[in-house]
Amino acid sequence: MTVVTKKDQNPVAHLTPEDIEQLGIELDAIRQEVLDTRGERDAAYIRKVIDAQRKLELGSRAVLLASAFPPAFVVGTIGLSIAKIVENMEIGHNVMHGQWDWMRDPKIHSTTWEWDNASTAEGWKHSHNEVHHTYTNIVGKDNDLGYGIMRVDEDQRWVPMYLAQPIWNFINACFFEYGIAAYDLELGKNLKTPKDRRPESFKKAARATLGKIRKQMTKDYVVHPLLSLPTGSFLPTLAANFTANLVRNVWSHSVIMCGHFPEGVETYEKAAIPERETRGEWYLRQMLGSANISGSKAMHFMTGNLSHQIEHHLFPDLPSNRYAEVAPKVQALFEKYDLNYHSASLPAQVYSAWHKVVRLSLPNGWLETTTKENLPSQLKMLWAMTTGDRKVRRVAQLRLEQQARRLRAQKKADVERVA
Amino acid sequence: MSSSVPLLTSATRRRAGSTTLRARLERVANAAVTPLVPADYLDLFNPLRAGAELRGKVVAVTPETADAATIVIRPGRDWAGHVPGQYVRVGIDVDGVRQWRAYSLTHGPRPDGNISITVKAVPEGVVSHHLVHRVRVGTLVHLEQATGEFVLAPEVTDGPATAKLLFVTAGSGVTPVVGMLRNLFPVTDTGVVRPARSAHLDITVVHVAPSRPDSIFIRDLEALDAAGAIHLVARYDDVHGLLDVDTLGDLVPDLDERATYACGPGGLLDALEAHHAARDLVLYTEQFRPATLVVGEGGAVTFAGGASVETDGSTTLLDAGESAGVLMPSGCRMGVCFGCVVPLKEGSVRDLRNGELTTAVPGETGPGGIRIQTCITAAAGPCHLDV
Repeated sequence: MTVVTKKDQNPVAHLTPEDIEQLGIELDAIRQEVLDTRGERDAAYIRKVIDAQRKLELGSRAVLLASAFPPAFVVGTIGLSIAKIVENMEIGHNVMHGQWDWMRDPKIHSTTWEWDNASTAEGWKHSHNEVHHTYTNIVGKDNDLGYGIMRVDEDQRWVPMYLAQPIWNFINACFFEYGIAAYDLELGKNLKTPKDRRPESFKKAARATLGKIRKQMTKDYVVHPLLSLPTGSFLPTLAANFTANLVRNVWSHSVIMCGHFPEGVETYEKAAIPERETRGEWYLRQMLGSANISGSKAMHFMTGNLSHQIEHHLFPDLPSNRYAEVAPKVQALFEKYDLNYHSASLPAQVYSAWHKVVRLSLPNGWLETTTKENLPSQLKMLWAMTTGDRKVRRVAQLRLEQQARRLRAQKKADVERVA
Repeated sequence: MSSSVPLLTSATRRRAGSTTLRARLERVANAAVTPLVPADYLDLFNPLRAGAELRGKVVAVTPETADAATIVIRPGRDWAGHVPGQYVRVGIDVDGVRQWRAYSLTHGPRPDGNISITVKAVPEGVVSHHLVHRVRVGTLVHLEQATGEFVLAPEVTDGPATAKLLFVTAGSGVTPVVGMLRNLFPVTDTGVVRPARSAHLDITVVHVAPSRPDSIFIRDLEALDAAGAIHLVARYDDVHGLLDVDTLGDLVPDLDERATYACGPGGLLDALEAHHAARDLVLYTEQFRPATLVVGEGGAVTFAGGASVETDGSTTLLDAGESAGVLMPSGCRMGVCFGCVVPLKEGSVRDLRNGELTTAVPGETGPGGIRIQTCITAAAGPCHLDV
């Protein structure tokens, strides 16, 4: 994908500023409808989810006390994995978004919630709620575009380290919570800064995160295994906890990749965003910058309703259990304003996101211009780009883009000729 | 003597040992459930246990009049008890939103350990309507320990041979008084009991209400009167006209000999205070309903540090705070990230996106105030932010 403004066909070119403001008003009306009917039923929902999640976690951990017994290991691991997923996705993420603040229950509140995750609520709320949700998909401002370690947009300059990004992405998926913690701390940027010049805020946040990680690790890899010791289940419990964390990480990574990474999701150029974006403009950016996952109720629940990523990005503070009922209304607006409501099944979106990770690990145009015949020369060029300096890369890149353009023009001409 | 010393020591040592064992167990339990605490799990099974945050379970709802009901609550194990006349702050979820209100306890300490409040549904009263008409047995409510100075002085309850008292109650102001009277004169199947501990009391009750059917507890007061426990002077607006405090002496001839306990709306209490001060009489008062809040456009916003700033109805509280030099938490500045949330302790604020009002009344809203997003709200009258 390319930032909207550099595309041959701008997907919002047909909308006038008045259209965009009208769109904003109509979305506000959808939001208000939910607010007007928000109440006891919703409160009962989140309480029930929290209650069930805690009982499932408690039950699973109890079963794992005897995890030397294989069926207990299997049941406990599955239960704990599900409990951890629900805790992070449907509960933690949404509570920390302030979706349940209106209940005025200090125990289920964005300011007091802490989740079962390596990153602290405080750090995550800053990087996710504030930075990502405000500057969604603006290249250079929204670090969720590749988490600062990947190239997920044509407009990010290619450098050789990106060749390995499919591997990184896989590792990141397995240890996602630590990746997120590092990302919240802007670890890369801060580690590059000399020690004495690192901001105090970073040192404080780093201490808090390390403290949190220590507690989380102690719980899963020391306390619970030790509690299982009497039944000879130390190692199985350790393995079960590790597996549950792994499953939760891979699952949440997959779901989150589907939200903004699939092919066809729009990104934005920092310079093209007005100084004071109107509500309508902000809404429009959220609409085109997100993608949904279609599927069953159970699937929506297990993704924390992030399968309704478009609705979530439009209304991040509406209770998650309402996204499903809002979705048809939102989709109708997409149709009315002739915009692409990006929705597909989980396998399709995961594939699409991974495909993009692989495609963009290579320089722009490289895949397009590579055929079976020219593979050796293309590889040679890639090798030169990988080992050469910036100038070599720039020259090769220009040549690739030129070739790709020529190919595209030729293809277009061929199509026209046939027609 | 010599043998008792080592015994004592070992006992002490054992106690010390058990505390460290307990502390150790607590540490293990905390480590096992981090980032939650063990209480989060225990609450799932026994929210009323000792050591839990104080809560209570509704065990009975009895209608008193068409728009008043007595709610009997079984409080958690840590309920510290109360003195008749005191009130309790109750937090209850109405339409999913936690609301706090203070209600008089309408019973003295009961043998079954339950407590009761009597609520009259007032116009626009979100909580009172819920409690009177909708609350179900089994509902869990949040509680704070009983509090309040409006209790009979110890010299009255344990004191001299006779004690002459006057209770002046208006509307639901009768509730704390009923709490005191029920404690002094329990009602059994055979009628009102006059126990020895209350024999020395000479009580007159002047009860003011719009009409008899509108009067909560009037049957209780009449029963007490019939049993000779109290002398009741009921004044109904629809029969006698509005009560003029200056005529109190006509209703209660020996007014000057009595200590007065009054509970009701502010206007009545103010009039009584002036009246009693002029005659140099003893008066204890209790008023629940705070002064009505001013709701408008903009207003003076004050902050915890003492800073204050005048704002108009369109300036966000975040901007107002920053202009007053207060270190405000902030984030997206568009209502998305909830990074600017701070407690509103008092006053009304308006959501600039849809005009919705949020009002915090000290003593009525939760102990921590109501947390609001300052980046999308503006003052709708004077308000106080805890930041």
